[in-house]
Amino acid sequence: MNQSDFLKVVLPFKDKVFRLSKRLLTSTEEAEDATQELLFKLWKNRDKIASYRNTEAFAMTMTKNYCYDRLKSKQANNLTLIHSNYKEKETSLENKLEYIDSVNRVHLLIDNLPDQQKMIIQLRDIEQYDFKEICEMVNMKPTAVRVSLSRARKTIREQLTKQHNYGVSQH
Amino acid sequence: MELANIERLLVKYENAETTLKEEDTLRTYFASNKVAPHLKEYQLIFKYFKSNTDETYTKRIILKNKIKKSNWVMVAASIILLLSTYSGLNIINQYKEKKQAAENLAQISNVLKIVSTNLKKGNQALKKLHVYEDSVYKIFKNNK
Repeated sequence: MNQSDFLKVVLPFKDKVFRLSKRLLTSTEEAEDATQELLFKLWKNRDKIASYRNTEAFAMTMTKNYCYDRLKSKQANNLTLIHSNYKEKETSLENKLEYIDSVNRVHLLIDNLPDQQKMIIQLRDIEQYDFKEICEMVNMKPTAVRVSLSRARKTIREQLTKQHNYGVSQH
Repeated sequence: MELANIERLLVKYENAETTLKEEDTLRTYFASNKVAPHLKEYQLIFKYFKSNTDETYTKRIILKNKIKKSNWVMVAASIILLLSTYSGLNIINQYKEKKQAAENLAQISNVLKIVSTNLKKGNQALKKLHVYEDSVYKIFKNNK
């Protein structure tokens, strides 16, 4: 497999890899690094690509694992920091929500979901994968994926409604 | 009729029971301008999902072992730097030693010069003494 063959395989989903990385790592620079790293890993194993049943799903699984590792090592480094800032973060979320525009409000709400829900909502509502593919990517049973997705969707909508009512009652 | 259908789909959507096709219907509805006021929150959500799809990876994809290579270059560079610092230090030390030696030599030769001029003076005095002795000797000889 030469370079142009490889790019033909990879280009259709490189943006999805990038967006999933950004969703999980929350920073553009880190997501770019992760994407580069993943594509390079795939390139090094390019001889095996033909044997993958679904290269895209495989790449998304790799992305997930890579980001989880990054998050784990980051958390290990910042554990005390996160802990002491926990309360403050809670209040600042509410404050932030008041000032930012409505679309970014959704972004912030997704950002505050657990990693697993974040990832599943990304894969389903933004990348529009079917359930079978998502189960394969995140290595979960269909019911677990649905429960997680349902929770994520409900949380986002409920928080938005709450925020909206709060805003209305204030004026 | 259509609104009732959308509301029914939204309930399914929140239970994660909608198919991709049904979610497409929702996306189309919320992208339109005739969204019912009580569904505004959902519109925000779907608007966000749509805007997020536009985000792309724009950096160049590097498939060469560039990162590792530059690492090697850095290692090599640091070794060269280390060696050159070490040998440079040696050279400087040697130079300093030489300079010190030259200075010492100059000082010693200076001292020796002074000593030798003094010795010369002594010699001349001795010569005069010889002349004196000779003449004394001559005088005595003549007197005998």
